[in-house]
Order: sequence, then structure tokens, then C-alpha cells
Amino acid sequence: MPIDILMPALSPTMEEGTLSKWLKNEGDSVAAGDVIAEIETDKATMEVEAVDEGTIGKIVVPAGTENVKVNAVIAVLLEDGESASDIGAPKKAEAADAPKESADDAGGKARAADEEPEAAASGKVPAAPKTDVASDPDIPEGTEMVPTTVREALRDAMAEEMRANDDVFIMGEEVAEYQGAYKITQGLLAEFGARRVVDTPITEHGFAGVGVGAAMAGLRPIVEFMTFNFAMQAIDQIINSAAKTLYMSGGQMGAPIVFRGPNGAAARVAAQHSQCYAAWYSHIPGLKVVMPYTAADAKGLLKAAIRDPNPVIFLENEILYGQTFDVPKMDDFVLPIGKARVHKQGKDVTMVSFGIGMTYAVKAVEELSALGIDVELIDLRTIRPMDLPTVIESVKKTGRLVTVEEGYPQNSVGTEIATRVQQQAFDYLDAPIITIAGKDVPMPYAANLEKLALPNVAEVVEAVKTVTYRT
Amino acid sequence: MAPRKSAAAASRKKPAEKSGLNGGITEFDKATELKAYEEMLLIRRFEEKAGQLYGMGFIGGFCHLYIGQEAVVVGMQMALKDGDQVITGYRDHGHMLATGMEARGVMAELTGRRDGYSHGKGGSMHMFSKEKNFYGGHGIVGAQVSLGTGLAFANKYRGNDNVAVAYFGDGAANQGQVYESFNMAALWKLPVIYIVENNRYAMGTSTVRSSAQSNFSLRGNSFGIPGHQVDGMDVRAVHAAAVEAVAHGRAGKGPIILEMLTYRYRGHSMSDPAKYRSKDEVQKMRSEHDPIEQVKARILELKHASEDDLKAIDKKVRDVVADSADFAQNNPEPDVSELYTDIVL
Ligand SMILES: Cc1ncc(C[n+]2csc(CCOP(=O)(O)OP(=O)(O)O)c2C)c(N)n1
Ligand SMILES: [Mg+2]
Repeated sequence: MPIDILMPALSPTMEEGTLSKWLKNEGDSVAAGDVIAEIETDKATMEVEAVDEGTIGKIVVPAGTENVKVNAVIAVLLEDGESASDIGAPKKAEAADAPKESADDAGGKARAADEEPEAAASGKVPAAPKTDVASDPDIPEGTEMVPTTVREALRDAMAEEMRANDDVFIMGEEVAEYQGAYKITQGLLAEFGARRVVDTPITEHGFAGVGVGAAMAGLRPIVEFMTFNFAMQAIDQIINSAAKTLYMSGGQMGAPIVFRGPNGAAARVAAQHSQCYAAWYSHIPGLKVVMPYTAADAKGLLKAAIRDPNPVIFLENEILYGQTFDVPKMDDFVLPIGKARVHKQGKDVTMVSFGIGMTYAVKAVEELSALGIDVELIDLRTIRPMDLPTVIESVKKTGRLVTVEEGYPQNSVGTEIATRVQQQAFDYLDAPIITIAGKDVPMPYAANLEKLALPNVAEVVEAVKTVTYRT
Repeated sequence: MAPRKSAAAASRKKPAEKSGLNGGITEFDKATELKAYEEMLLIRRFEEKAGQLYGMGFIGGFCHLYIGQEAVVVGMQMALKDGDQVITGYRDHGHMLATGMEARGVMAELTGRRDGYSHGKGGSMHMFSKEKNFYGGHGIVGAQVSLGTGLAFANKYRGNDNVAVAYFGDGAANQGQVYESFNMAALWKLPVIYIVENNRYAMGTSTVRSSAQSNFSLRGNSFGIPGHQVDGMDVRAVHAAAVEAVAHGRAGKGPIILEMLTYRYRGHSMSDPAKYRSKDEVQKMRSEHDPIEQVKARILELKHASEDDLKAIDKKVRDVVADSADFAQNNPEPDVSELYTDIVL
């Protein structure tokens, strides 16, 4: 029976890729381990090795095809004694047995990355769902918009600031020669050289301290953590050295430094690699904490963070890196740290979210509008200092509030917002505030449990129905 | 079995003068060669299968294969006894199989299923077996070095003669807590064997780009911890060094460092295009230093077994791996109630 060769998954977040090149032709024989094709993912070009031996009977997906889904049949391998005429006999593709992402028991939806079926099917990199997004007051009317991935936006922000100021440099693991573990620093080494794009050993506590010291001496370091999970090795230098020096020195010196990197859960990377640090760092006086959702915010806020005289924690997200949003084409697009953005105006309920949490919020808002519930969605963008006035103003209008985030529920960003809103706008509230967060568990690896551990769109919708008494 | 000295000392710094740490290789007898062959082959085939299941979407997240490094863990494990503890990082499937954990349970954990060692909650990087004294399975580079030192602390505290083996990479060797641990281990004479699996790269960074001193066997010098470089592609060399290191630990002489010179054939994880090294470099290691091929060649040359005998071993190993893959694909996902269990007692 001919064997189907399937499009392999080559990274935790890969759903599709470009089949860039075939290294074997129809009729060629292959042994297990032979490289048969090259595939481009959003991060890298990877080789595909043959798993079985035989002869390539048919190439199903020609070289150059974009957006080939993981597990699609890309070629058919003939075993000894088979010929091309054996192909096409009805058979079950192995992929049929592959675990299917099923709806979970809680009625929730899949992982954020899995939630873009339409976009994936239409063959586009998942773009931000377009609702009637309120225009950003920080962007001048009529500015040309360029579709840009969050990944590119972050890189552009760093490159622009490095061009403008020789004191700005980036250091971290794999940021230079490897072009970044998640390819955020792609091209920076070539442009700025090894003096300003510095590969470090795996020494988070050490290089965070080196960065803070350099900042105390007046440089403007950008310290990349491969992920924020590893910044826990360095958290003492971040909090005890970076955050407190300005205060302890009576204002003589501070630490103008950016700590940035992917934060929160990716996909199936389990407990030690899947934590959201928004609430953790937002606890600390002396730090600013930024967590953008769109590419425009990523760019404008990272530029602001690099210029900021304080230590800034800049929390990115691996799943958002590949998503495309419009970024204004401006010579120097900088956004204010500490200002929320009304993502969509509405009158019935206020929803506040930030970072990856916005992916659930945006979908919930769409579903709710179909039910006739008009949500005002606020993207917090900065966790500390928190733009509470924007939230309060909205709550005064709607009388209801739901918050959405991926982090743990206890002492979350949402509970902080809820506390302050009930203190400052109690009389305006028509319902108890609901805070949606990740479940109160370490992130499990198993696909079904991971889905349950994360927030889901259904529970956000439910929460809004509850505060509007529509259940 | 009278151990014989080998003439060839592979790529060791010093020629073989004696067996063990200072450069020698103790020849294996027939049974030991065959055991080493089978155990290394099991790891190789298991990892190949894991790579395939990853490509098919059965395994998700990060998956770091041990292919190329099999001799290290197999040679070490053969020198350990019951009660000795093992701990490592995330490149851990080989260590689990070597400590005797079941292929089925490991593979089912890789697919995130109910009967995996952690009921699907840990995945590739986080598996443990109390029964086999395997303490994980850690995702934070370097953490296992302090933890392994703590396992040794427990041995000393209890007054038993067990040793703890802490495996870590050349990249991990630069973490600060490694040196904090070295100091305590030397100060308190803890029975810990530090194994630096120097496979030349930490992700895309070669040791010379990350390390001011890339001879890792010297990293304990200022604490007075003895260290040795070992040909980690030759299971006999690993074993000889292991025997002496274990004796050192059991005798109460404190920690010891073995730097295993080894190589990983695959990318760092499944998503690493490995552009930082040449294909020739990989090919050369595979064709000239492969740990399994070395044993196989000796077995055939010394007529310890025939081609057919080896084929039978291959088949047995393939069957175990195929069975584990079957099991892991068909085993149910964990019950949803598992989400809230095992968080606190
Ligand atoms: C504290 C920490 N920093 C960074 C990482 C990301 N990371 C995972 S493995 C790795 C490379 C480690 O290389 P090495 O210690 O040589 O082990 P090898 O992968 O070669 O077995 C890095 C940087 C991590 N898991 N933990
Ligand atoms: Mg290494």
C-alpha cells in the first residue's frame, strides 16, 4: 500500500507552511532519513526527512506552494513492488488518526492560535479580526497603513531606535547570529554589528545584572529574554536593582532599560514554559509594564519603552508574533506608555483586556454583537501605570465590566481593575464585575487539559451575558 | 571477565595508560557489549519514532531528541546501583529509558495521554519516576544542577552510600547556580557526579562563543572538584570513567565532574533549522564516531554475535518502539478532572 507523506509540524505553533523545494523527484528512491524537501515556516526554513524507504510515486503538492496545512498529503511513497498505478486506491490517510482538536467539555474553543480557521483556510496569515475598530487618536488621520506582523513591528522598532541612538544596544541569548530564537532580531546583527547586538551565554541572572549596570552607567540596553519564563532566573536584578535604584539613590541614577521577550503560554510547552508575568511585574513600584496586542502598538510602545528613562518590562507573545495588523507608515511612530486604547466603542458592557487576552475578547465581542450586545472593548496596552480613567469613563457609560486575561486568577490584573473600579465608580455599577483568567493550575501539557486551563471565548461570552442579565 | 586494555583511545587528550578517568578504556565483554548495543539502539529508535510522531502532530510543544548522545547515559547507567539518583534537563528521553522506565509510559507522556508517566501533564520535558529514581525532566536550563546537588545532600544526610548523577549541557554550564552548587557540594563533600554533556552547541551557540573556558572538566578547579574529559561517543570510555567517579562518590570524597565530549545529530528541538553548523560536520560525526556503529563494529569483528543476531536485536528494539508508539497513539487523553489534581496536597 503506498504511503502518504504528510506535511510535518515543525514547531509548537506551526499550522501551515510553504513547501519551498523538493529535493527528490517522482521516481527517485529514498531511504529513511533522506532529506526530501524544504519547508518554510514563519520562523525558518526546515528540512523534511523521509520516514520510510521507497520510491517517490507522486508529488502531490508542487514546490512553491504556500500555506500547506500540517498533515496534508504532500507526496506518495511507493514501497517495493508497487507502481504509480497503486496510487489513488481508496485508503485512509494516516492523518485521519491524528488527534483532532475537539471542542472541550467546558464548551470552550481551542487555543488562540487554533482559532483562526477561516483565515487559515483562505490561505492568509491570520490577521486581526476586523471589527469597527475605533481610530487610534495617536495616529494622524489619513496616514498610510502597512500590513505588518507583530514580529516585524518589534524588529523595526528596535532598528529605528538603534539607528537614532548609539547608546541603544540589544543583548540576550541567540539574538545575534541565530537572528533570535523567535526571529525578532532578524537582520540586526548585519546592520548594527556585534558591538550592539550581543549574544550572551545562558546566564539570565548575570546578563540582566550586566544590563542594569550598563543602564546605570547611562547606556540604553534592550535585554531580550528568550522567554519571560527564564527571566525568573533574573527577577532579583530586575526588581532589586533595576526597579529600585532611582528611589534608593534619591533620584541620582536610575536604570533606563527594556526587558523584553515572549510571555505567557505558547502551545503545548507545559508548566515551566507557559506563564504570564503581567500581574507579577505590575506589582512592583519603579517598573513600567507594557503588553501590546497589535503590531502598531508593539512598534509604537517598544519605541517609547526604549526611550523611557525607567526600567520597562515589555511582554510579547509567541502566538501573536506571526499575526498581521496595520501599522501606520510614519517617520517616527511612538505611542504613549500608560494609555489604554478603545479598540471598539460600545454602549452595553465594558470589556478590558490586553495582549493575547485580546484575541478572546475580540472574538467574544463579535459573537455578542450577533446577539445584539454592544460591547466597548478597551485594550489596556500598559499594565503599569494603569490607565484607569479610560476604564472608569467607559464603566460610567455601560455600568458593567468584564476583564479578560490569560494569567492566573488570584491577584490578577483583572482583580486589580475590579478593586479600583468598585472603589471609584461603585455607584455606576449595575452588576458584579467578572474577571476571566486562566485557570488556577500550572499549565498542563496534554492538549485537552491545556485547552481547559486557558480562558476561552465561550466563557467570555457567558460572562457578558451574566453581567447584562441575558442568561 | 578480565578487562582488557584498548589500544585505541579515540579522541582522548591523553593516550590510554590505564583504565578509567585518565584516558583509558576498559574493553567490554560480550554480554556488556550486547547490552550496551541494545540499550543505545532502543534510545535511537525511540527518538526517531518520537520525531516522526511530532511531525504527524501527535507530539506537540518542545521535543528535544537525544540522538547521537546515547553512549553517555548508557555508559553511566551501567555503573550505577539501586538507589542512585538521576536528574537531567529537557533532553531527557534517553535518560528515562536508560533508568529502566517503560517505553510505553514515556511515549504516552510525549503524546500527552492518560498512561504517560505524568498522566499527560508533563510532556516531553517533564517526566519523573520515583520507582526508578529518575527525578526529571527540567525545563529551566541549569536548575537540575542544584536539584541534583540536593539529591546528593539527602544521601549524605541519611548516611547511605548512594550517589546522585546530575546531567547538564555545555550551555547550562554557564548558569550561576551551577557554581553555587559546586561550592556547596565541595564544601560539604556531597556524593554528586556532575555530567556535562558537551555536545558542542547550546541551541545555535557553539561552546567557544559562549564560554571563556570551554574545557568544562576544569570548571570545578577553584572549588577543588576533580574533573575529566571523556570520549562520550565511546560507551566503554564513558563506563570506565563512570566506575571511577561512582567509587569516588561512594567513598565520601565529594563531587566530581565528567565532561562527556559528545554530539547531537538533530537540531536543538524539532523547530531548529541548525544553520549554525555544516552538514559535513554532522556527517563526519555520524560516520566516524557514531556510538552505536562503534559497538556494532566491535561485536562483529570479535564475533560476539553475527549479523543475524544483531538483526534480531534490531527487530526486538523496533518492536518495543512500535508497541510504545501504538500505545501512545491509542491511549486516551487524561480525564478532565486531572486538571485540578496534584496541585497541592
Ligand atoms: C533558564 C533558561 N534559559 C533559556 C532556556 C532556553 N533554552 C532551552 S535549551 C537551551 C540550550 C541549552 O543548551 P545546552 O545546555 O548545551 O544543552 P543541549 O540542548 O545541548 O542538550 C536554551 C537556551 C531555558 N530553557 N531556560
Ligand atoms: Mg549543548
